[in-house]
Amino acid sequence: MRHQSRIAFILLLSPLVLWLGLLILIPHVDMLLISLRERVSFGVYETSLTQYKKALTEPLYLRTFWRTAVMSVLATAITLLIAFPVAYYIAKMAKGRLQQVLFMLCLIPFYVSELVRTFGWMILLRETGIVSNLLQWTGLADQPVELLYTDATMMVGLVYTSMLFMVVPLVTTLESLDDSVIEAGYDLGGNGLSVLREIIIPHAMPGIVSGCIVVFMLSLGNYLTPTMLGGKDSLWFTEMIYNQFIVRSNWELGAAFGFMLLVLSSVIVWGMLRLTGRTLKETMG
Amino acid sequence: MIPTIPQSRAFRLVYGGYVALFFLYLALPLTVVAVFAFNDSQFPSLPWEGFTWNWFFGEERPQIGVFHERGILRAVGTSAFVAVCVAVLSVGVGTTNAFLFNRYDFRGKGLLYVLMLLPLVIPGIVLGISILVFSSTLANGVWDLAQMDIQALRPGLLLVILGQFSFITTIATLVISARLQKFDRTLEEAALNLGADRLTAVRTITLPFLAPAMIGAVVVAFLMSFENFNTTLMLVGSDAPLTIAMFDRLKEGSTPLLNSVSLLLMLGSSLLALLVILFQRRP
Repeated sequence: MRHQSRIAFILLLSPLVLWLGLLILIPHVDMLLISLRERVSFGVYETSLTQYKKALTEPLYLRTFWRTAVMSVLATAITLLIAFPVAYYIAKMAKGRLQQVLFMLCLIPFYVSELVRTFGWMILLRETGIVSNLLQWTGLADQPVELLYTDATMMVGLVYTSMLFMVVPLVTTLESLDDSVIEAGYDLGGNGLSVLREIIIPHAMPGIVSGCIVVFMLSLGNYLTPTMLGGKDSLWFTEMIYNQFIVRSNWELGAAFGFMLLVLSSVIVWGMLRLTGRTLKETMG
Repeated sequence: MIPTIPQSRAFRLVYGGYVALFFLYLALPLTVVAVFAFNDSQFPSLPWEGFTWNWFFGEERPQIGVFHERGILRAVGTSAFVAVCVAVLSVGVGTTNAFLFNRYDFRGKGLLYVLMLLPLVIPGIVLGISILVFSSTLANGVWDLAQMDIQALRPGLLLVILGQFSFITTIATLVISARLQKFDRTLEEAALNLGADRLTAVRTITLPFLAPAMIGAVVVAFLMSFENFNTTLMLVGSDAPLTIAMFDRLKEGSTPLLNSVSLLLMLGSSLLALLVILFQRRP
């Protein structure tokens, strides 16, 4: 490299290194170190695995951890099932103007804060809410019905919040599938189901993988929806992190929880990439 | 629809109905939020007590509208300040990142690229606490060394800005990189042949080409920052941005004031989004 180009290279490299180093890498290393220590007395700390032992033996912590993981996987699966037909409709059935309008309509909720979306569900589903009134009016219920604070409500909110991140990658990959390939599938004697299984889904796989990864991440890391829509028993792991950090000021345990969440999400994302033989760069970049 | 493939009428009807239901599901929560902003009652719920503008312009208790509610206005100002800082910072670093990955080959480039993507797959709350932990380690270290208390390293606006910057930069980098890859480098070489130096060539040829992507990235970064909740929640100090202020009020019980703020937010962000789309359509 020439001298001038070398200076330019260093100038371009330094913001990247500062950003990743000071805001991503070192903070996470620091968080790991904090999670690995135990307070012996005032201002005196010892290195130990106590926090992780506590996290892995206390039934409440462990149960919440697995519940969050399972519910996030479930939310991802439901989002995929609901979004796929819609994405196919937008990409292959709707044409011209209608196609553009439908795609735009999918984007709108994304531009609105998650808080507003959650608030909307609260207005709809609470005891004095619209749905409860509707049920009474039609005679399906004879008293106000509380629909909030259950796992099902929380699921509705989680799926709603991350729907866009599934629909958009699916539409993009499905649009790149040539109509004539689908026609060829039918010409060769396939029916709707076999064409779907052998042509459409394999082609949409990149979109499915990146959609699933993003939706899973968003569900796992969600705080608002479980807090506002979920019940007292449906604790979410992010709520426990918040409680340890802000309410109880037990940073050591909170950092250990944070690290467990990070490991869980990395393992699942890595597993999904591994299963489908793709790399992070292809999926996100 | 692919015309050559026969589909029964019933199938098309059911399919169309399903898609219609889906869009109803998408629209429902936002619609009720908007409608109840005009309810002349203390609660954003039925019964409907009549139409009013009070939740926007009301000046007296109990119906103080958005435009006279100090707390909300201050929170909007805080959010806007944070969002502008985050947008400028992240697009600046995003642009240098895009040039770095596009123009240079160096050892460890692949690794750095993957590291650059990482903030997208770290949960927002974890990003928040890691920065909180590190900044307080720094602050404590400075205190032990020099007995100086650096307020900026305690939870507050600086940390909120840094926390949001830490992952929005990845998105800015991706948006700007995508455009830079389409750039025809011979244009820059032509400028060099005509006697321009490197910097002038980049400034007069490449940057104008990148401008649509950079403006798009500024708007996206602004919106993401304005709406961010998870990372902000962990780093916020005494000045609460709008989402946090609204969350605190929502926990105490809601009045249609929150609906009117939400409606204004929806209008504001759709307007911004529309502007970007129009701007990028321009040839």
